[in-house]
Amino acid sequence: MGILDVKDVGKRFGGLQALGDVNLSVKENTCHAIIGPNGAGKSTLLNCLVGKLIPDTGSVMFDGQSVLGRSPHEINQMGISRVFQTPEIFGDLSVMENMMIPLFAKRDGAFRLHAIESVFNERALRAEAEEMLSEVGMLEKQDMHAASMSRGDKRRLEMAMCLVQNPKLLLLDEPTAGMARADTNNTIDLLKEIKEKRDITIAIIEHDMHVVFSLADRITVLAQGTPLVEDTPENIKGHPKVQEAYLGESV
Amino acid sequence: MFGLQKQDAKLLLIVIGLTMLAPFILNPFPESSGWAQFNAGYPDLMQRFVIFGIFAIGFNILFGLTGYLSFGHAAFLGIGSYAAMWMFKLFGMNVLPALGLSVVMSGLFAVLIGYVSLRRSGIYFSILTLAFAMMSYALAYSVLATDMDGPDKQGLLQKGLTGGETGLQLTLSDPRILGQQATDDGNLPVPSFFGLEMRSATELSVGDWVFTFSVGYYFSAVVMLIAFYLSIRIFRSPFGMMLRAIKSNQQRLNYTGLNPKPYTLAAFVISGMYAGLAGGLMASMDPLAGPERMFWTASGEVVLMTILGGAGTLIGPVLGAGAIKYMENILSKINSDILHTWFAFLPDGLEDFVVAIIYPFIGKGWHLTLGLIFMAVVIFLPGGIVEGGRRIGSMFKGRAKKTDAASGGKTVAPGQDPAE
Repeated sequence: MGILDVKDVGKRFGGLQALGDVNLSVKENTCHAIIGPNGAGKSTLLNCLVGKLIPDTGSVMFDGQSVLGRSPHEINQMGISRVFQTPEIFGDLSVMENMMIPLFAKRDGAFRLHAIESVFNERALRAEAEEMLSEVGMLEKQDMHAASMSRGDKRRLEMAMCLVQNPKLLLLDEPTAGMARADTNNTIDLLKEIKEKRDITIAIIEHDMHVVFSLADRITVLAQGTPLVEDTPENIKGHPKVQEAYLGESV
Repeated sequence: MFGLQKQDAKLLLIVIGLTMLAPFILNPFPESSGWAQFNAGYPDLMQRFVIFGIFAIGFNILFGLTGYLSFGHAAFLGIGSYAAMWMFKLFGMNVLPALGLSVVMSGLFAVLIGYVSLRRSGIYFSILTLAFAMMSYALAYSVLATDMDGPDKQGLLQKGLTGGETGLQLTLSDPRILGQQATDDGNLPVPSFFGLEMRSATELSVGDWVFTFSVGYYFSAVVMLIAFYLSIRIFRSPFGMMLRAIKSNQQRLNYTGLNPKPYTLAAFVISGMYAGLAGGLMASMDPLAGPERMFWTASGEVVLMTILGGAGTLIGPVLGAGAIKYMENILSKINSDILHTWFAFLPDGLEDFVVAIIYPFIGKGWHLTLGLIFMAVVIFLPGGIVEGGRRIGSMFKGRAKKTDAASGGKTVAPGQDPAE
């Protein structure tokens, strides 16, 4: 039993079987990568984990509770944070405000009518936000308008927003897509640091094999909606079926 | 001060000063001068400034912060007015309970309308709110205006709940169980605040100037200041921040563990209550409530006010409300005779020509002027009057430290910076 257990999950869009009988178990405090060619169902699977899609069959258990039928904000409150393929941040707000919102969500739950208190008096939360920002090296940018930052900084901010909630599970949807090599390496270093410093489970969907093999403890290969193999990175590299289905000669 | 940051407290103090001194500030021209018609310092108009200011402040909490454009906010204005009128008819002429009921009733209706309308966003939300407001208008105009007393009785509900086209009026036979049915000399009683009659006023003549201080204006102004203060608190609260986050990225908010629905509904209800308060005040200043107050043009007006002043800014909506009400009342009073006296110095043919060109933009044509100004603001000054002021301000300041602003200036999308 892992912290996240996906059992027999299937999802059909009209005539297309996007996912069929996916079984997956992510162990606590590991980094689990899900790879596969385009259209393998990686994003569909991820959307089933966070409440954006409801699978037709099967079950998804997180930390002993089912996530099926819950909305994204409820699933986040259970301890799952998600980083998107293109950074989703509050562009109109300052970096500090971007950090305060997840902290409020963690402290006050999904809704609280705190309409008269002042944000400026939330010193404890502010300190927490500052600490997190300095961890990702963005403390001096805290007053910047989030939309005006570079893509790399937006990605950092998004990760910081997820991490500041101390999630049990961090889901990363192609965190280095469209990034330059240097930015990719920075992201890998950041994620490695996060893994070392915190008790956190990471599930990552990624195209870039360099990223996958530098981070993952286990890898699941998805092809045409079903898991092909699940193994350690070393074994995946040499696996003939995987080579055939996905990796080609690039490894 | 007052639990506000320094800058906000400063803004509040300025607004307090301006509203308290409004009878002087809005009357800059001596009575006998030709400019006296541009004076806006008479109670009727000043009351409208602050009442529509309240309406726009409330609207801005919804539209400015969450970006949800309600096109039916006048419904709450009307509901507030009717609620206040019924308080005057049934219980007495004190404005405090009347305003209380206005706020409560409009809040209840806002829960209902908001709950349904907020299931959709964008244009569909606007259309839903518009539909609700027009339904309210139709109800008030005819359905709720039928005789509910029975044909042979001359009771309280003879003209229904709303009075239909002529509106809901006070009559001498209203029960008013906590007050007097009629004054000692047999007239209708006047709305009052613990004995202070809303329409009573004192005049102060200084030289050629006449300043009028009316109870109604100062009462409304104090209510407006309280409303304004609360809106600053809301803007600076975690709740206000959530509302801006909703406007910015609902998807991220969802995945951050927050439920946007109760937040938007709360914003909708709060702004509906502001509108109800404004409606109640309108009825308190002039005890009459008609269905036209709920018509879609009234809803559109508050949208114009907010955008003209600067949506999402603290003071913008108040400025927008003032600008539109000023134009509506002052520009519309200018007629061709006045124009002719202004341009009398020109040769005859030229005078007629100039007057003919300007004429369509004044009097009943003031809407044309408003439309042009509105277009100009939306195109050239998307942040409204507030952004205009900011640009002028930075032009004066900026000359000294231009390089500083160019390098360190953060880009803030128009209408979304609440720090003004």
